Amino acid sequence: MQNLWLAPALPFASFLILALVGTRLPRWLVATLGAGSVGLAALVSLSIASKFITSPPPGHEFTQTLWSWVRVGNFQPNIALYLDPLALMMLLVVTVVGFFIHLYSTQYMQDDPRYARFFSYMNLFVGSMLMLVLGDNLLLLYLGWEGVGLCSFLLIGFWFQEQANADAAKKAFVVTRVGDAFMAIGLFILFNQLGTIDIQDMLARARLNWPVGSGLAIAAAALLLGGAVGKSAQLPLQTWLPDAMAGPTPVSALIHAATMVTAGVYLIARMHVIYELAPSVMTLVAVIGALTLLLAGFTALTQRDIKRVLAYSTISQIGYMFLALGVGAWSAAAFHLMTHAFFKALLFLAAGAVIYALHHEQDMFKMGGLRKQLPFVFWVFLIGGAALAGFPLITAGFYSKDLILWETYTSPHGSKYLWAAGLFGAFMTALYTFRMIFLVFFGEENAHVHHRPGVRMLLPLGVLAVLSIIGGFVEVPDTLGGGKHTFTELLAPSFGEAAAHEPAPAVGDAAFPTGAGVNETATAEQAAEHGADHSKEMQLQIIAAVTALLGIFVAGRIFLRKRTSAMELGVPGLPAALQRFWATGWGFDALYNSLFVRPLISFARFNRSDAFDLIYKFIAWLTQRGHFALKETQTGLLRWYAAGIAAGAIVVLTLAVLR
Amino acid sequence: MAAIPLINVLFIAGVLFSIGMVGLLVRRNVIFMLISVEMMLNAAGLAFVAAGSRWVQPDGQVMFLFILAMAAAEVSVGLALVILLYHRFKTLDTDVASLMRG
Amino acid sequence: MRTLFFAASAVAIFSSLMTISSVNAVHALLYFIVSLFSAALMFYLLGAPFVAALEVIVYAGAIIVLFLFAVMLLNLGRSGVEQEKRLLRPSVWIGPALLAVVLAAELVYVLSHGTYAPVGVEVVGAKKVGISLFSTYLLGVELASMLLLAGLVGTYHLGRKES
Repeated sequence: MQNLWLAPALPFASFLILALVGTRLPRWLVATLGAGSVGLAALVSLSIASKFITSPPPGHEFTQTLWSWVRVGNFQPNIALYLDPLALMMLLVVTVVGFFIHLYSTQYMQDDPRYARFFSYMNLFVGSMLMLVLGDNLLLLYLGWEGVGLCSFLLIGFWFQEQANADAAKKAFVVTRVGDAFMAIGLFILFNQLGTIDIQDMLARARLNWPVGSGLAIAAAALLLGGAVGKSAQLPLQTWLPDAMAGPTPVSALIHAATMVTAGVYLIARMHVIYELAPSVMTLVAVIGALTLLLAGFTALTQRDIKRVLAYSTISQIGYMFLALGVGAWSAAAFHLMTHAFFKALLFLAAGAVIYALHHEQDMFKMGGLRKQLPFVFWVFLIGGAALAGFPLITAGFYSKDLILWETYTSPHGSKYLWAAGLFGAFMTALYTFRMIFLVFFGEENAHVHHRPGVRMLLPLGVLAVLSIIGGFVEVPDTLGGGKHTFTELLAPSFGEAAAHEPAPAVGDAAFPTGAGVNETATAEQAAEHGADHSKEMQLQIIAAVTALLGIFVAGRIFLRKRTSAMELGVPGLPAALQRFWATGWGFDALYNSLFVRPLISFARFNRSDAFDLIYKFIAWLTQRGHFALKETQTGLLRWYAAGIAAGAIVVLTLAVLR
Repeated sequence: MAAIPLINVLFIAGVLFSIGMVGLLVRRNVIFMLISVEMMLNAAGLAFVAAGSRWVQPDGQVMFLFILAMAAAEVSVGLALVILLYHRFKTLDTDVASLMRG
Repeated sequence: MRTLFFAASAVAIFSSLMTISSVNAVHALLYFIVSLFSAALMFYLLGAPFVAALEVIVYAGAIIVLFLFAVMLLNLGRSGVEQEKRLLRPSVWIGPALLAVVLAAELVYVLSHGTYAPVGVEVVGAKKVGISLFSTYLLGVELASMLLLAGLVGTYHLGRKES
């Protein structure tokens, strides 16, 4: 575990090399450095993980302090890496999924002239994301936060020669910046009130000093939520993610599906103590999650571009994670984060394979019947789509989504309405996912495959497909005969001692472990509740499974037929105007445009002559006037000067005489 | 010798000095300006000598000697410059030699 | 003696006024010489015969003669006189006269507030001046000679014909 520092260091080193001399290196070396550094980091992470799981360090946490960063009073952040199960999970996801995406992009970006630059940005991103995840203090986390924001900007606008791409990058940066500003204020409050910037210290002190529902906790939690909302593209800051699809597909897979957008989820999970101390904010988190997942679901239904469907799908799935966080199901959210990383990256990469094969065609309505031409891609896409929709029993997505729905139903923070929203969202997810699959891979053939993807693209697809299937088996609920709560058990120490209130009745939820402190009577109570809970759980699981299958069925009924123009707008049968409204993301872009963008631009135009600058111009003008006036006294005439001397002397004399 | 009140002498020196100053400021011809300067020097010297005589010391006269030496050097150099000025501008009007204006 | 002194001072003032208001350069110089002569007389009456002689010999005899040489060299003639007449309008006198009046008034004010001893009681002869020059003010003498040397060199340089 002493090698933990290698995990961020290797990508950073590769970034430096590629940034400085990358253009002079041959392509194969760039690819090796770019993908290989992340691959090595993945190997390091796997070895650390195996050690961590088999013989965990005391308290299930490991800190590696590299050096001291700042030391001013009690503000002493160090460059230190903190590893606990949550961080370990994120580490694995980032490095392993990241490696496969890097491998994929060595072929996808093959023809791009700025190959080395691309990989340098990607490596910088991975390094920053790891700093975010492994940082032991909030300042280091914020460093990683900003770093990934920067790389997101650079990578979205990678093909900046197109104005639209540059605009999308700018939009992403500005919108997340709004969130970051809130987060920074939240950091200031936390540091100011709790006197430390170290995360674990901070959480311990908060638990001691702040009562549940205290104003400070609410303020800090809400402000951090602002940052999370921005980075994770939730309501109301979700407008940047669909436009961010302007970047290359591997970028969308890595940043906007698997890792960066989950940073918000990670933040909230990390600071879960603060959130438990502010139940009203937790409710807000859940509500935001529910609203976002519904809103994005409706929008995904009406998109033409295959990547935009996936973008809105990401927004929606992160809504699920927020929903889980909001009801206090920390490990459920983390579980869904992991499975979502697998299948969403898979879907993006597979979509990228389709786009690559069709020579950069992204409109679904120009595709069709591709399953005959690209069979392997079809199968992996199907697996990914099934996982996304939550196809029962054999996909990872089913287990994670089901866990979230169960938690929402049963948690003391949850409510039936939230559960209903989640359920309807699951239906819509299945609907739009299979709409996408049927439009692209079934029906009559519309497009021609230009070149097939090679092994470097197909291998990651395969690996991620396998993970999308088996990834769920680490957390199988009792009702399905598993009783394997490996995931939640592993993550329990991260969220341990969180029980400031009564332990939840659900069995599948080990986020509030009945650990050493709780007595046996509680266990006996729980044993009695097992039977009742199991049947309830079984009911809800059946409902969820049926919902998913229903969505697939309806999608098949509608979209497996001949193409009609009505299908282009989404679901035939619903009013077209409504669907157009959904297609614009519920009008948020237009709203922000008229609320913020237009007034700012008109004010800038109004202030064109720059009121503040006028003050300085005035001073300069005054000086110039004075100069011109004084210039008149330099006549060059001897008599004038003599008269000046005489007059001056007389004045001085007068003053001396009169004194 | 009958005594002369010092104040009278100083007063006369002041008047001579003022006259010289007026001449300096009024005349445009450079020769006249130099003459006026000499007049001012002479007046100053008169004041010195009167002061030395008041204390019955030679210091006043010594000072006058130095003023004289300085005036001699100044006049010689000044007149050389005047001649050069005349060669350059073809006139002795100082207002013409105002190229360093602005 | 006193009346002689006042007469001499009157002559000095009158000739000074004529100097600065003359249009002919040579006339002005001659008036100035008269002024210097009366100044020399005043020096003598103040009990300073040495500087009286010096005034005549050096100032009137060398410096003003030098002026005359320069004026002759310039050879302005009638045109010079005409020019001066043109330049010397009555209106130019106003400003400087004002300044001079102010100065004179201040001088009078300052001087009238003091009590002064009479002068000219004793004669300070050449011998005393000589002793003082070559003992107390020796350095000043040397510096004055350097000054004259510098003037000499400068004038020579300025008067040289470009070869």
